Amino acid sequence: MSITPQREPIMPKLRAENIIKMLKKGERVDNRGLYDYRSISVSIGIIGKAEGSALVKLGGTQVIAGVKAELGSPYEDRPNEGVLQVHAEFVPLASPSFEPGPPNEDAIEVARVIDRSLREPRAIELSKLIVQPGRLAWVIYDDVYVIDHDGNILDAGMIASMIALAVTKLPKLEISGESVKINREVKETPLPLNTLVTTVTMGVLGDILVVDPSLEEESVLDTFISISVDEKGRIVGLQKKGLKSITPKTLDSAVEIALKKGEQVLSFIRKVISSPQEYMKW
Amino acid sequence: MKLKLYVADRQIVRPGDTLAVIEEDGNQGFKRIPEKHIYLVDNNIYSDVFGVASVSENDISVIPFNSVYYPRKEDVVIGIIEGIGVTSWEVNIRSPYKAYLNASDAIENFNPLYHDLKSYLDIGEMVLAKIVAFDRTRDPLLTIKGKGLGKIIEGIIIEVKPSRIPRIIGKKGSMFNLLTSKTNCEMTVAQNGFVWAKCPDEYRGEVLTQAIKLIDEKPHVRGLTEEIKQFLEKKLGG
Amino acid sequence: MSESRPRLIREDGLRVDGRKPEDLRPIRMEVEVLKNANGSALVEYGGTKVIAAVYGPRETPKAVQLPDRAVLRVRYHMAPFSTSEHKSPAPTRREIELSKVIREALEAVVFTDQFPRASIDVFIEVLQADGGTRTAGLTAASLALADAGIPMRDLVAGVAVGKVDGVIVLDINELEDEYGEADMPLGYAAGIGEIVLLQLNGVLTPEEFKKAVELGKRGAERIYAQMKETLHKKYLAVLES
Repeated sequence: MSITPQREPIMPKLRAENIIKMLKKGERVDNRGLYDYRSISVSIGIIGKAEGSALVKLGGTQVIAGVKAELGSPYEDRPNEGVLQVHAEFVPLASPSFEPGPPNEDAIEVARVIDRSLREPRAIELSKLIVQPGRLAWVIYDDVYVIDHDGNILDAGMIASMIALAVTKLPKLEISGESVKINREVKETPLPLNTLVTTVTMGVLGDILVVDPSLEEESVLDTFISISVDEKGRIVGLQKKGLKSITPKTLDSAVEIALKKGEQVLSFIRKVISSPQEYMKW
Repeated sequence: MKLKLYVADRQIVRPGDTLAVIEEDGNQGFKRIPEKHIYLVDNNIYSDVFGVASVSENDISVIPFNSVYYPRKEDVVIGIIEGIGVTSWEVNIRSPYKAYLNASDAIENFNPLYHDLKSYLDIGEMVLAKIVAFDRTRDPLLTIKGKGLGKIIEGIIIEVKPSRIPRIIGKKGSMFNLLTSKTNCEMTVAQNGFVWAKCPDEYRGEVLTQAIKLIDEKPHVRGLTEEIKQFLEKKLGG
Repeated sequence: MSESRPRLIREDGLRVDGRKPEDLRPIRMEVEVLKNANGSALVEYGGTKVIAAVYGPRETPKAVQLPDRAVLRVRYHMAPFSTSEHKSPAPTRREIELSKVIREALEAVVFTDQFPRASIDVFIEVLQADGGTRTAGLTAASLALADAGIPMRDLVAGVAVGKVDGVIVLDINELEDEYGEADMPLGYAAGIGEIVLLQLNGVLTPEEFKKAVELGKRGAERIYAQMKETLHKKYLAVLES
C-alpha cells in the first residue's frame, strides 16, 4: 500500500516562500544556477572487501555503493546471463526521518530506477557473466547505502553505483571439473561494460526546472523528473515522481537539459574511472 | 569552596576529564550538577560533556560545544507550527519535547465551534513565544501574549546551534549591540537557537546572516568580537 | 574448514599480520563526519571500518517512553558489502544481540535522567568487517555521543582480546577471530576504571582470563587516549581556522 507521505521535516513557511520566490527569479538559496549540480566528490576503493566501491558526496548528500560478486543460478528465463541485483538502504544514521527496518517505497524506487537504467541499455554485458549456462552465473550485487541525506539521493546513488561497477574487479574462479570456487585473494577481471549511464534529476515548479535539488528544495517542490542517459546520448530510463503533473512542454525542456547535464556527469565519471588512483583517498 | 584547578579557563574538556579537586573535607559520594555539566565523586570534579571549561575564582562549569535545546520556563523561543488540534497547536521548538500553544491564548473569546485554528496559525508558520510552564512530566506550554510576541510574518530567520546563543548576545550584550548597530537590523534572539532579523535591505540581511554563521562556526575563538567587527566593517564600511 | 586452519602465531612469535601479541592495529578516528546527525564518528581498527551517528535527545513514540529518564535506542547493523560474502540487509540474531550489549555498555555512562520521555538514538553501521566490529562500533558510538553533546560520566573504548595458538593477543582481526580459541570483547571507561561491556566466546583458564582482562584494559586505555586526542584536535582545528 502506498500512502500520501507526511512532509518531513516541516519547513518554515517564510523559508519555503523565499525559496520559491527565488526559483521564480531563476535564483537558488545556495547561489547555484537552476541547472547546476552541487559539487561532486568521489572516493573509490574505500571498502577493500567489496569487489568495487565508491563514496559519492553530492553537496551534503553522501552515498556509498558497494559491489559484491557471488556465484548463483541464472534466472530461468535468462539461462545464458549473469544476474544484477540493485538494492538501496536508507539507513537511519542518514536522516532524522529515516527509520530502521526494511526498505520503504522511496528506497525501493531508487534501487529500481538505478537497476532499470543499468539494465535497459545493457550497461553491463550480462551474457559475459555466465559461468555454466543454465546452472551457474555471476550474481552482481550493487548495494546503495545512503549515509547522509541532503537531497537527490537518486543521482548520488546512480553515480556511486556506476563508478563502483566500473572499478569492480571480479574474483578469480578456480574450476576443476564440475566444481567451481571463488578465490577472493585474486581480483583481476573488470566487469564487461557497454556504456556508462547516469540519471539527471530535476525538480519541477510549473515550467521551471531545477537540476539536482537539495533537501530544502525537495521539501518545497512537489514534483520531480529523473531522466537516465547513456554515452550515446540516448534516453535509457525515466521516472516522474511527486504529487503534481508535468506539461508536455516542460517535459521537452527536461529532456534537453538531461541530455546536456548527463553528458557532463558522464564525462566526470569517465575522468574518475580513467585515473582511479587519484580518487583513492577517504 | 577552595578549588585546586586542573584546567584553565577556555580549555577544551571531554566527558570524564578531571576539572578540579575540592581542597576541603566533607564531600562524599556522587553528586551531579547538570546545568554546569559537571559531576562530583568525593572531592573530585569531572566534566560530563565535550566543551570548554569556564573557570572563575570559586566556580567551575563546562559550556558544551553542541547540545540540543532544553526548555526552561520564561525562555523566549521561536517555534514552527507542526500540528493543529481542536483547542491547541503543536509547536516544534527544536527540543526533545513538543510544545503546545492553547487556542485561548491566541484567540480572544475562543470557541472551538466558531474559530478555525488553521486560519490563525497554519502549519509551517512561525511564532515568537514564551515558555510559561515546563517540567519533567509535562510538555512545554507557550504563550504569545506579551510585548513583541506573536506570529512572525516578515524578516529572516537564522538558525544556529542553541549552545551559541550566549555568544551571539555576548558579555553584557556586546555582540548583540555590535551586530545591530553595524547592520541597522532589528534583531530578536530566541533561546532555542534562532535569530529573527528585520533589516533595511536584503544586502544587510545577507551580511548579518554571514556574521552570525561565523559565530556559529567558531564561537570559542579568542578575539571573536573584534573579528566580527572587522567583518562587518569590511562588508558595510566603518 | 579444519584442514585449512592457518597458523596464527608465526615461528618468530609474531601474529599473522606481523603484530606482537600486545599490539593494536593502526587506528583511525574522525568526528563530525555527517551533517544531519547531532553527532557522528568514523572509526577504523585496521581493516574494520565503522561509522556511528547519534540523534537526540529527541521526541520518541509514546510506546517506548520512560517517565523518569531518556531511553537509549541502539542499532548495530552491517552493510551488505561489509563482509567477504554478500550479507542480507535484514538484521540477524547476531546483530540484534550486539545492539543490546552495546546499548547496555552505553547505559552505564550516559546520564539519561536529564531527559525524561525522550530518546537518544545511536546508529552504528559496519562498512567493512575485519574483526572487532562491535568494539570499534562502541568506540565510534561513544565519540558520536560526545560530539552530540550528550552528558556522560566518561568516554568508553572497546577492544577485543583473543587467544590464538595458545597466546593471549590484543585487538584480534577476522582471521584470529575465526580460527582462534577465544574472543573476548571488552568495553572500558578508562577514566573511571569501569568495565561496561564484556563477553567471552571461547575457553580460557582463570589465569588466562585475568591476563586477557588486563591486556584488554591496557589496550582500551590507549584507544581511550586517542579518542580524547581526536576530540581535542577537532576543536583546535575550529579555533585556528
